[in-house]
Amino acid sequence: MRNLTKAFVVLLAAASVADAQTIAITGGRVYTVSGSTIENGTVVIRDGRITQVGQNVAIPADATRIDAGGKWVTPGLINSSTQLGLVEVGLESTTRDVSARGKDAIAAAFTAWAGFNPSSVLLTPARVEGVTTVLIAPSGGLVAGQAAVLDLVSGSLSDMMVRAPAAMVAQLEDKGSANLGARGEMVVKLRELLEDTRAYARRRVEFERAATRPFVASRLDLDAMIPVLDGRLPLVLEVNRSSEIEEALELASAFGIRIIIAGGAEAWMVADKLAAARVPVVTGAMNNIPQSFNSLGARQENAAILRRAGVDVILVGDSGTGDAETFNVRNVKQEAGNAVAYGMTWDDALRGVTLVPARVLGIADRYGSLEAGKVANVVVWSGDPFEFGTRAEHVIVRGREIATPSRQDLLEQRYRTLPPDYRRP
Amino acid sequence: MQQAKLLSLAALAAWGCARPAQSAPAPAPAPAPAPRQEAPPAKTAPGAGAVSAPNSDPFPSTYRPFASRITLIRNATVMTAAGPSLANASVLLRDGKIAAVGANVAAPSDAVVVDGTGKYVTPGIIDTHSHLGVYPAPGVSGNSDGNEATNPVTAQVWAEHSVWPQDPQFPRNLAGGVTTLQVLPGSANLIGGRSVVLKVVPSRTMQGMKFPGAKYGLKMACGENPKRVYANRGPSTRMGNVAGYRSAWIAAEAYRRRWDKWNADHQGDPPTRDLNNETLAEVLRGNIYVHNHCYRADEMAVMIDIAKEFGYSIRSFHHGVEAYKIADLLARDSISASIWADWGGFKMEALDGVQANASIVDRAGARAIIHSDDPSGSQRLNQEAAKAMYAGREVGITVTPDQAIKWVTINPAWALGLQDRIGTLEVGKNADVVLWSGNPFSVYSRAEKVWVDGALLFDRNDPSQRWRTDFELGFVPEVRLPGGAR
Repeated sequence: MRNLTKAFVVLLAAASVADAQTIAITGGRVYTVSGSTIENGTVVIRDGRITQVGQNVAIPADATRIDAGGKWVTPGLINSSTQLGLVEVGLESTTRDVSARGKDAIAAAFTAWAGFNPSSVLLTPARVEGVTTVLIAPSGGLVAGQAAVLDLVSGSLSDMMVRAPAAMVAQLEDKGSANLGARGEMVVKLRELLEDTRAYARRRVEFERAATRPFVASRLDLDAMIPVLDGRLPLVLEVNRSSEIEEALELASAFGIRIIIAGGAEAWMVADKLAAARVPVVTGAMNNIPQSFNSLGARQENAAILRRAGVDVILVGDSGTGDAETFNVRNVKQEAGNAVAYGMTWDDALRGVTLVPARVLGIADRYGSLEAGKVANVVVWSGDPFEFGTRAEHVIVRGREIATPSRQDLLEQRYRTLPPDYRRP
Repeated sequence: MQQAKLLSLAALAAWGCARPAQSAPAPAPAPAPAPRQEAPPAKTAPGAGAVSAPNSDPFPSTYRPFASRITLIRNATVMTAAGPSLANASVLLRDGKIAAVGANVAAPSDAVVVDGTGKYVTPGIIDTHSHLGVYPAPGVSGNSDGNEATNPVTAQVWAEHSVWPQDPQFPRNLAGGVTTLQVLPGSANLIGGRSVVLKVVPSRTMQGMKFPGAKYGLKMACGENPKRVYANRGPSTRMGNVAGYRSAWIAAEAYRRRWDKWNADHQGDPPTRDLNNETLAEVLRGNIYVHNHCYRADEMAVMIDIAKEFGYSIRSFHHGVEAYKIADLLARDSISASIWADWGGFKMEALDGVQANASIVDRAGARAIIHSDDPSGSQRLNQEAAKAMYAGREVGITVTPDQAIKWVTINPAWALGLQDRIGTLEVGKNADVVLWSGNPFSVYSRAEKVWVDGALLFDRNDPSQRWRTDFELGFVPEVRLPGGAR
């Protein structure tokens, strides 16, 4: 009997009855993402779900109305590359719980969310600016561990959980972090891990009797890799060089696994191959510096070229030495805007931060578009969500409007008048 | 075998250490003295290398403006950074200078005419905090030249001696509308060395990029970085940091007095020249600006007092994520704040970063500057300024685009002491000009053309003329699609 379900737990979000609230957003320009855009549209939300989207929609009598006349309405944005709740203060190691030690740089069993800090002050700034759902991912080593999708609601981890695991995270980018000596050795090691996972899955009984050859990874790591091998859990592979992206495609093909390319600075050079293999790419749009000898071809048109070739593109922040994965998760909007400035269509950029990540992360049945039945993560914007001058005026997560100020908001209020009054706010 | 090798290495090291004790090193021979007819034959005049002279310029700029044509940009929205924007206006560039700005500008018949319909014109963007050339791309150890992290006080090092003009980040910065950069040493040290102001232009040499006549800056750093880097040898605390700055200034003041006296009277043998104290003495004389990396409000207040104790002034606090907490102090002492739009949280001293920082500083009457400290952010300082501007609105501070454009133009020009030469579109100023495809505070706008001293050095629509560094040849795929992928 294969005991696989233990390694592959899907937690379903369910708004409780206590959260029941009926909201009608009326008169806005509604970007459904999955269908056409509706002018003067209405979105009705009840009990945490979207119940109706359209032009001629009956508004429930008990609904709280939000007048969105002249406003834009979109699904809550999804940032698919964050370390929210895993890293609070980057340089303070006691607040960094994103990199597991693992065994020989393999930490597949590491469920990053187990160390999640629900008191992180970095969650609210993202939500205030319209990011309602995030992938929190481990990093480091060859196989970093498992990533989860969370909704940015207040509460405990289980209250926020959308799907865990949503992906296994590994890399072919940094041989030092993988504790290996040559770039090509990384894919060898990954191949060995997948082969051993296969052998382990078939010979579990012998393994328990110590009657198998030694495997490259620990028992729990091998367990965790089985859903990847079975094609049920996508493997995120951070890799930038075009030739190594091709290696990743060959690996995926050889084992029949689902991969997602992350970083992908030179992905545009192999766009057709990525499209043919139906492998999505997670990348930014502000990355144009040949920062290493593995990303000499980095250019800002990457996302646009990939999309034009038919590749599913998920937009995230991945340029500079900033903090796109923690303090500035919100700046995924700026990435999307820059993607448009460098050739992507606006609709594709919006899809790249909503429906495409929802599909790739396996939550599109509930997230990523404004459709009846989906989880009510909805944002009402004063205008184009990618423009700097646009405000997220109403942020609704799981059917409830959340307007909690961030710690940054509180600091700004306190220091608006100098010297400050330390009894307020 | 290995042991023997180790032993021989140890012996070599011991010998190396002992040698100075056995025979004191001879002083370096002085350069041949220049013959001075009036000097008595018994006296020896000091050579130039022995003299610590104010405002000496041993690595002078060799920059010459590139060939330019008289250019008229017309029908554009002109953000002058010196007053209200002008709609449907023109800017005339002639002989490297701004020759006219306004609604009705006459141009000679041979002028190149650029239609700016629907477009915006601003001064060239200026970044007060860059490490281009000293931390080039690719980020490899062989080119990592930004931090002389061997001693907490290294005022003797000059960033310009680390600048690699073939850093492929330079042309990318130009394409972002950046025409002037201050390149600084890193922040490992209490006192990290001299900065250099560069024009973002292709050149074989650093000297060919050097902004003629720009003053040097001195990089100082507060807080976590020095105490982390020197934890084992000290300083390892913030109080250790402060003792370190003060000790350095005490020595520098004694040095300044000795040299100012000798330079005035030339009595006796000159004092011994010392590059570390020479740079610090120049700060005390007011010839070098202090650029002080400092995050926390309380630490900035301490640094202001240290400056007063030793009689220098701080031209700009850099990073200043808590500048908004002491915006009144900055305004009182005319200290500018070179800050990010929205960075924070990556270390304890950056915890309290807020997006309204620049707006609060600006409203208090201090000079707000949006800086980058990042080769990616530096290419998009217009976008960073936009974020900071709109963040003010969230706390009820209205900052107009005409004010916010100053954060990346005239205010950084002031921090570099170049406010009379660059930073605004006013007649007589250097013709460092950017034509944007649209409002520079829109995420969709890109720099379309960039002029430096009136010469068109970047044109997005003419990839055949694009500046490619030596490094890029062969290594970086050449893309010659006009306007990128479009």
